[in-house]
Amino acid sequence: MAEPLLQLSGVHTHIGPYHILHGVDFSIPASQLTVLLGRNGAGKTTTLRTIMGLWQASSGMIRFDGRDITKTSTPDIARAGIGYVPESMAIFTDLTVRENIVLAARSGPVEPARLDWMLGLFPALKRFWNLPAGNLSGGQKQMLAIARAIAEPRRLLLIDEPTKGLAPVMVRSMIEAFKALKASGETILLVEQNFYAASALGDNVIVMDDGRIVHSGAMREMVEDKTLQQRLLGLSLDAHQ
Amino acid sequence: MTEMAAGTTTSSEPLPRAKTDLLPLLIVPALALLALPFVGSGSTWVTLTVAGLAMGMMIFLMASGLTLVFGLMDIINFGHGVFISLGAYATLIILGPLAGWAQADSVWLNLGLLALCILAAMGVTGIVGAVFERIIVRPVYGSHLKQILVTMGGLIVAEQAIHAIWGASPIPIPLPETLRGAFIIGDVIMERYRVVAVGIGLIVFIGMQLLLNRTRIGLLIRAGVENPEMVEALGYRIRRLFVSVFVAGSALAGLGGVMWAFYRQTLTAGMGMEVMVLVFIVIIIGGLGSVGGCFVGSILVALVANYVGFIEPKLALISNILVMALVLIWRPQGLFPVARR
Amino acid sequence: MSTSPTLPLAFDEARKSGGFLSSLLSSDFPRSRILTFILLTILVVLAATPFLFSGSQPLSTAAKICVFIVLVASYDLLLGYTGIVSFAHTMFFGIGGYGIAIALERLGATWSSVAIGLLAALCLSALLAVAIGLLSLRVRAIFFSMITLAVASAMAVLASQLSGITGGEDGLSFQLPFELRPAFKLFSEPVMGVAVNGRLIAYYLLFFVALIMFLLLLRIVNSPFGRVLQAIRENEFRAEALGYRVVAYRTMASVISALIATVAGALIALWLRYNGPDTTLSFSIMIDILLMVVIGGMGTMYGAVIGATLFVLAQSYLQVLMDAASKALAGVPLLPNLVHPDRWLLWLGALFIISVYAFPGGIVGRLRQARQ
Repeated sequence: MAEPLLQLSGVHTHIGPYHILHGVDFSIPASQLTVLLGRNGAGKTTTLRTIMGLWQASSGMIRFDGRDITKTSTPDIARAGIGYVPESMAIFTDLTVRENIVLAARSGPVEPARLDWMLGLFPALKRFWNLPAGNLSGGQKQMLAIARAIAEPRRLLLIDEPTKGLAPVMVRSMIEAFKALKASGETILLVEQNFYAASALGDNVIVMDDGRIVHSGAMREMVEDKTLQQRLLGLSLDAHQ
Repeated sequence: MTEMAAGTTTSSEPLPRAKTDLLPLLIVPALALLALPFVGSGSTWVTLTVAGLAMGMMIFLMASGLTLVFGLMDIINFGHGVFISLGAYATLIILGPLAGWAQADSVWLNLGLLALCILAAMGVTGIVGAVFERIIVRPVYGSHLKQILVTMGGLIVAEQAIHAIWGASPIPIPLPETLRGAFIIGDVIMERYRVVAVGIGLIVFIGMQLLLNRTRIGLLIRAGVENPEMVEALGYRIRRLFVSVFVAGSALAGLGGVMWAFYRQTLTAGMGMEVMVLVFIVIIIGGLGSVGGCFVGSILVALVANYVGFIEPKLALISNILVMALVLIWRPQGLFPVARR
Repeated sequence: MSTSPTLPLAFDEARKSGGFLSSLLSSDFPRSRILTFILLTILVVLAATPFLFSGSQPLSTAAKICVFIVLVASYDLLLGYTGIVSFAHTMFFGIGGYGIAIALERLGATWSSVAIGLLAALCLSALLAVAIGLLSLRVRAIFFSMITLAVASAMAVLASQLSGITGGEDGLSFQLPFELRPAFKLFSEPVMGVAVNGRLIAYYLLFFVALIMFLLLLRIVNSPFGRVLQAIRENEFRAEALGYRVVAYRTMASVISALIATVAGALIALWLRYNGPDTTLSFSIMIDILLMVVIGGMGTMYGAVIGATLFVLAQSYLQVLMDAASKALAGVPLLPNLVHPDRWLLWLGALFIISVYAFPGGIVGRLRQARQ
């Protein structure tokens, strides 16, 4: 296999007095969608934030495209080509949809073709183009957050629970959007608690518990192996269905 | 999935209504009208209103930088007042060599002098602001307690430094010749300098609004006030943005200091800290981080002080506190609460 | 802290054997040999000032130190132990001063006037402290400092404007009860060469009230209540999650601190036989308090003693030193201005900034560290 696009080795993260990540190791191959699963508090969000440099790893190494980014500042990590959609979506509610997108395209105006592609993925955004983003519904905010992450070409997208709190119909259209993203060759690390969505999208799967990686492999294997599902994900995930 | 989000994309869905919050904006004219019958005479009312607007604009100039700095970086600078004093003292750099311009009976020379004073003040306070940010503020990001303490320390040292450089006794400064006196239209008396102050205040306010709403830098600032972390995650170095805003905020305080100095016509090192009380009240009323709120709050406080001062002078002393208490009871986050994370 | 049951046995033994002293200090010892020595020196010198020095200047300095120890220690309860910055502390100090001044001026120079004035002042202070607490209860914590600043400055303006009651900018001078006047002699003969007159009695009244107040504060911060305050300071959300009503505790701390500041205000007024805006209400006193508590050491109580003593001495004697330096540097540009005796605050301000950065525990924290 070719060198993975992103590689974490032995990453520990402390937040204040709390030790959250206890030596996380995994790698993300290019042009595939990897799903990060785990129950609440397993350390999924912390992992994404640590990759993004929003929290500093206290030890271990994070390599992106052959480069050590463990100590790199967040803006520089973003400039290296990582797009980030936090769990809170972090939409700028005071800005219009257009202004949110304009800001996200840091290196200049969004190319017309890219804009058409984005708005094709998320048609709702076109209708609310000049309205304050604070007026959008939860699902529309999520679309805007993802659109913002792809407003310019990125090498890797980190997306934190995009289906959280969405209505089933919305979840389905979100899955369609992700399928389209995958088809266009994007590399995606997706944190997901919804196993239905995860299994529909993932090429690979990583499972976390208690700040450690407890399983990683192909998604197909996991979908087929019910005992593995039961052991790793237990009842908590079934309850989500 | 039990939670039903309203997010469907069916095309029949109506456009969400833009949330415009005009209520706080209506307070100011409503208040002005309400005061009219109590003041009695229409011409007195106009005089009071213009005077109040002028005062409000000066407070706005001094407060706007502070509120932006807070909004963007969650930094509360109790030493902001020293930039007001410093701006005021910086006029001496110009007033010394160009004393003749102040006495000249020419509007243009007088206004030119004022403009030069403003330039000098903004230059000095901008530079000192950059130093202040580096030495005093930067080491204490994240801890409000330390920020308050250390910026108070900066205030003490800087005030003493002003004493050391320019002496400890108050220094009188002349208001340029043609800015003295008042325009008299019928029964209405409007002091000329206050009209100038209203003009400068409006120019700065409109300029800031244009900058914040029409430029990329402005977009960044607004986005940064709401969620600085996400701005960084989009690849912007917010530190640099913040230093620029801190410097600009200090320069604006310097500008406010010049206006305030010519209004008082006396310089003292403590003049900035004295007016800081009003500045704090204004940014609390407006909503920390909101420039628009700061503008409305400034005018509100100044008008109330003027009307109350005319109607019931004894009450004027605590009118500001009362306005603040009432606003906070109505809206605990201020008139225009700034959304944050 | 020292009453924690997990402390080493040896320490517990020491505490038991400490007995009376331990209970007097609420088991919160200075925990540093040098610090203990300095504190003892301050205590002994303050107690013996009338017998050690002659003239009124040293006695006045000592009285001022006593009052400021109480004032600064009560502020430390807020800043150091509860982690909130209030700028209204001088307001309560002033209320105490005005309570005494107005009562003694209006109702005559009797002890009952003193009692009435003090009681009225305490009530007003408590009321105001609760009101500020309730107002800031609705808003973000960061507003608290700004609101206290606004309220305090409004009160200062009010005091200088309502000259019919407060004497305005001139303040109020008044007569003390007979037993505190210089003319009153307790014994006909001098004791150890010092006349035991009303002035001396007034000093010891100050000294002992200050001592009691300080020990009371020490008791408060080492009580379960004080520990909750510190828990709130360390982690507000955790304290809230543990079921402590943070706002109630903070308001309570504000009230206690305000009441003790009021007592300090009453003491200074009694000593000066005068109260005015400049002696108790001004913002510059507020800055002085900040300097004293931070330089002495926040959250240590003993820091108040060190800070107040150092500051008051500096105020009186540092200027002499700087005067000499200034004269020595005459001719050099700007430098003489920087060491001019009036610029002493410049250097204390710089020391203050350095303290906040480098020695968050101030002098006391530094001394305790050196011991380990």
